[in-house]
Amino acid sequence: MRGLKVIYTIWLREFITFMREKFRIIAMIGQPLLYLLILGKGITAGMRLNGAENVDYISFMYPGIIGMSILFTSMFSAISIIWDKEFGFLKEVLVAPVPRWGVALGKSLGGATIAMFQSVILICMAPLAGISLSVVVVIQMLLLSFLISFAITSFFVAVASRMESMQSFQVVMNFVVMPIYFLSGAMFPMSSAPGWMKTLMALNPLTYGVDAFRNVIFSRTLVAVPGGPAVPLLDMARAGGLVHWGLSFDLGVMTLSAAALAAAGAWAFSRAA
Amino acid sequence: MPDIIRVEGLVKKFGEFTAVAGIDFTVQAGEIFGFLGPNGAGKSTTIKILATLLKGSGGKAMLAGYDVAVSPNEVRQCIGLVFQDQSLDERMTAEENLWFHAMLYDVPKDLFATRMEQVLTMVDLTDRKKSLVRTFSGGMKRRLEIARGLLHHPRVLFLDEPTLGLDPQTRNAIWKHVRKLRDEIGTTVFMTTHYMDEAENCDHIAIIDHGKIQAIDTPANLKRTIGGDTIVVGGDDGLLDELRSKYNVEVQKTGSEFHFQMPSGAEFVPRIVADFAGRIRSIQVKQPSLEDVFLKLTGRAIREQEGSALDSMRQNVQLWRRGRR
Repeated sequence: MRGLKVIYTIWLREFITFMREKFRIIAMIGQPLLYLLILGKGITAGMRLNGAENVDYISFMYPGIIGMSILFTSMFSAISIIWDKEFGFLKEVLVAPVPRWGVALGKSLGGATIAMFQSVILICMAPLAGISLSVVVVIQMLLLSFLISFAITSFFVAVASRMESMQSFQVVMNFVVMPIYFLSGAMFPMSSAPGWMKTLMALNPLTYGVDAFRNVIFSRTLVAVPGGPAVPLLDMARAGGLVHWGLSFDLGVMTLSAAALAAAGAWAFSRAA
Repeated sequence: MPDIIRVEGLVKKFGEFTAVAGIDFTVQAGEIFGFLGPNGAGKSTTIKILATLLKGSGGKAMLAGYDVAVSPNEVRQCIGLVFQDQSLDERMTAEENLWFHAMLYDVPKDLFATRMEQVLTMVDLTDRKKSLVRTFSGGMKRRLEIARGLLHHPRVLFLDEPTLGLDPQTRNAIWKHVRKLRDEIGTTVFMTTHYMDEAENCDHIAIIDHGKIQAIDTPANLKRTIGGDTIVVGGDDGLLDELRSKYNVEVQKTGSEFHFQMPSGAEFVPRIVADFAGRIRSIQVKQPSLEDVFLKLTGRAIREQEGSALDSMRQNVQLWRRGRR
């Protein structure tokens, strides 16, 4: 009971403070727009996807951008632990007569909730990527965002618990966040990657998250084929190796990862300070 | 009155450095107990051990009947803490900071509203409860922290240098609040300070230096140990030995001044002026203060010494952090 109250309290505080950070909200809208409009459109204009020539690169990249945005949003939620440490607020939490795992879990749930907001913003951008959605797809996307962000926030709670100051943040950014992003299949399909990279990608939980997003997001879109009837995007993506696994497999791996990472986050945070 | 804090042979070592070198003391329920000592004397370390934030290297500390090393959660529920550095969330309002605290300390929902009014009134912040803490001055933040520390009616409130860096007006206001809450709620107050005048407000004072307690008593009794008035003489270095031999007193030297005690100091002045005509630059006669007690016990003035290397480093970090805020 006490644990639940702590989770709720931390969760609500995450949310209250998030709503007051105008710049963070602007970044949440601006960053994916930048990627979609400039990077997505630019690459689409100059390149075709091997084996799935009729799929626009921007459609392929759109679920990847959602994955990327969730990655960054979740990381910022968890990294706020270091700000709390530097600004002293963490002490107030650490001396309270509450279980530490509750604090860690509240943090992860807060991050996951904020990531759902991020997804709402991205869902509004779907037409830019030539994607058709339905109510069911939108709900699936939101739930998936929650699950993936919960896993990632938990992971960074574990990382942040070991970090002393914001100085080490650059290192984490370059050697943890970027590899997770690059090796998630967000920017290029796993099927065309070299063998060693495939192995690394298969070890990255976000790969399954991005794959699950493609399974869900491509399900309602039809692609025009020159000289024939329109083909469902999902079928075409499967045939072209752009979608690797089935949705239930992706979900299974994501759920297991989320559980393991939540445990790791709670454990690491309990040992902090 | 029963003891609410009982410390026996408490030791804390950081590697080779001994911060707390075996201290014993008891604090009675409902009193204001002060730890007086220079920076690096072991005051904050002791508070951290009592508040379960650090584990001691030896000895035992009991708080409200719980061993701080064995039952940290029970101890945490009984105490309130106000740190040297602030620990508020500046992005939340005063009210939200209190709400957060009430939730963590399991203050019942129906009690929260009245408690909040009570503590905010006590620190004169009722009209600012909807403001973001970011907009508060240093003194207001400190008052809000004290209010927050009291919200769950702790049996012991720890104040670590509660008035550090505050202006005299705010310091007085905070002291008024501390005494009020002791009277109104019956909270025991355990505080550290290196301001002598502040320590006068305590019921009992422990003077701590180099991790050891040099004396524990009421401020009045401590001053009584001085015996008479304090005479401070400014003059040449040769005075040190001559004063000692001529008046048969213990003389402490700080800078170019010599401190010693004399019964009825005012009548002594004409005598010393006659004895050392032309060699004395200045004479002061003072009622004994805790400063004199400290000087007598440790042979040094509390301000003149440097803190330990660790301490000054910590202060630099704090300054640097404040600068970035």
